Amino acid sequence: MIVRSLLLGISMLSLTVFVAQAEQKQEIEIVYFTQEKIAPPALSNLDPFIKDKGELGAELAIDDNNTTGQFTGQLYKLNKIIVPIDGDVAQEFNDKIAGKFSFVVANLPVDDLLKIIDANQPEQTLIFDTGTTDDSLRQRCGADVLHILPSRAMRADALAQYLLKKRWTKWFLVTGASDEDKLFAAAIKRSAKRFGMKIVAEKAWDHTYDARRTAQSDVPVFTQGVDYDILIVADEQGLFGEYLDYRTWIPRPVVGTQGLIATSWHRTHEQWGAVQIQNRFKEQKGRWMEEADYGAYLAIRAVGEAATRTQSSQLNDIKPYLLSDKLTLQGYKGRPLSFRIWNGQLRQPLLLAAPRSLVAVAPIEGFLHPKTELDTLGYDQPETKCK
Amino acid sequence: MKNILWTLALCAAVTAQAETVYVTLEKDNALAVVDPIAGKLTKTVPVGQRPRGIAISPDNKFLYIATSDDDTIKIIDAETLEEVGRLPSGEDPETFAVSPDGSLMFVSNEDDSQVTVIDVQERKAIKEIKVGVEPEGIAASPNGRWVISASETTNMLHWIDTESLAIVDNTLVDPRPRALSFTADSKFVWATSEMAGTLTILDAETRQIIKNIKLEVPGVTFDKIQPVGVAIDKDNRWGYVALGPANRVAVINAKTYEVEKFLLVGERVWNLAFSPDQKRLYTTNGVSNDISIIDLASHKVTKSVGVGRYPWGVVAKP
Repeated sequence: MIVRSLLLGISMLSLTVFVAQAEQKQEIEIVYFTQEKIAPPALSNLDPFIKDKGELGAELAIDDNNTTGQFTGQLYKLNKIIVPIDGDVAQEFNDKIAGKFSFVVANLPVDDLLKIIDANQPEQTLIFDTGTTDDSLRQRCGADVLHILPSRAMRADALAQYLLKKRWTKWFLVTGASDEDKLFAAAIKRSAKRFGMKIVAEKAWDHTYDARRTAQSDVPVFTQGVDYDILIVADEQGLFGEYLDYRTWIPRPVVGTQGLIATSWHRTHEQWGAVQIQNRFKEQKGRWMEEADYGAYLAIRAVGEAATRTQSSQLNDIKPYLLSDKLTLQGYKGRPLSFRIWNGQLRQPLLLAAPRSLVAVAPIEGFLHPKTELDTLGYDQPETKCK
Repeated sequence: MKNILWTLALCAAVTAQAETVYVTLEKDNALAVVDPIAGKLTKTVPVGQRPRGIAISPDNKFLYIATSDDDTIKIIDAETLEEVGRLPSGEDPETFAVSPDGSLMFVSNEDDSQVTVIDVQERKAIKEIKVGVEPEGIAASPNGRWVISASETTNMLHWIDTESLAIVDNTLVDPRPRALSFTADSKFVWATSEMAGTLTILDAETRQIIKNIKLEVPGVTFDKIQPVGVAIDKDNRWGYVALGPANRVAVINAKTYEVEKFLLVGERVWNLAFSPDQKRLYTTNGVSNDISIIDLASHKVTKSVGVGRYPWGVVAKP
């Protein structure tokens, strides 16, 4: 009898807890922070300019978090702050975000991101960087910023692992004129050294406006007189890279920023449940999920995963969980994702994708690591000064 | 005379052991039919777009096959392999569970975050139950009391009461729960978590987690150990867990919960099915395009049979 009344007491207690949860939901507000973009010059009209790259990924993640939240008594809110083209990003951050929100997903270029990092109080706001691939940013030690997208070094290593597997070891590197192109080329050179590849030729592609220059006549001459296995192009904006394939002097494939690319997300990716999120995204948003969408999605899902596990909405609980080895974030790529605690980089598999076919997923089998093979991509802890 | 008797005895033995194994081939849009005693693929028949989940009716007369890209579950005559009907499963059905009496079917609709309940006799959907993001594994308790749906992205087990067809409880488990199975006495539930590499055991009475087992294989990095399919024998002596890209099946003592052995099978092993007499276990190996046959008395892999591209689900009929 005593046992029975005790049991009744317990079940009533749990009922009260449940009711309290239903009435008073834990609120978790996440800011999506970006700046409007102008359509960049493009080689063709095939790929339309997408204004809301990233934003729609954030929306889907909030929905997914809330589907879970209905069972855990947590409510997620997305607060979009989009700076106009002529606006000042640092100013907006100080006015609208600093000290007011715990979680900010920043889809910004390097310069703007650095400004808000400088202005930020890390104990008040955790910044998720979903806009940069810059390695120097990731050399700032500590994890006051979490970088979601793979760095250029990670991308170059992913390509290098595959090229080594194919024994395509003689590389011809073509670099565009922008600073970003030079950084990508530097990452390629680092990978070449790391995996014992040989850069047999290196040329800069300059953009001149001579009317006699056409892709058909230019590229063969440009690539003539070198014996190489593979042409590697560094053209992050896509100003000339697409011209190279099928136009080289000797028949050689193109990889790098065009041709076969290394990316964290691609529309050809279907394995490990990816087809489900591709379908969900396309059905709800009317276009393919882009890498920037995937980045914003993962950032917000990471907050959701930590909030579910810790049953908390507080930065003090969520951030340590994100940086612990307990985090096993599901990213539709067949391995649990987690953060490198020494620099806040998300460790993840990279997709090696051709425009219409997924060629391989790095880390490529056979590249071993004592802790996790994912750390064969990019700067590993011993290569940094970080502790 | 002796010879004839011997042959007759042999024939009898073969007939007694007659058994058919059906395997869905996700990329071939086909169903493979295997004779597990001979260890041979006997035939392959087209079955519809992207077949995945498969089950057999309690009377062994019909196969139910989720043809995901046809957005339906087909009812196939297990003898003639002809389609005899379709069930309104909702979009993109992948896995489903049949109630012990065969009257109801519970289907996971991954894209819509819901479970569709179908009256099998009437071939009608009678209810949609909202669950977490990307429901995948689903199991009905042998005593008819519960259906549990696991949502992969929400990381929860949703306890569906079969009387009210409503969720009465949710249990948070490790990341990416994939498959689950009740013990034959309906007292315990085993659930696998793909991303965490764990097996969670719950008490179905209290709905509490009683044990969490981290599956570790010597010489295999932790992130390749991705448990998916799970099966427990009817005497509750042994449980088996397919470890995905670790290419092994874990053999777990169902009393002590100790992992006693790992059996090397084909590549990316996903789903498991017992032979009707529970003397053998069949595994689908998605990447190596075969099934492995495990002898359960000796816990040894005796044979692998090539079946076709991306074998997904498996079921056996006496």
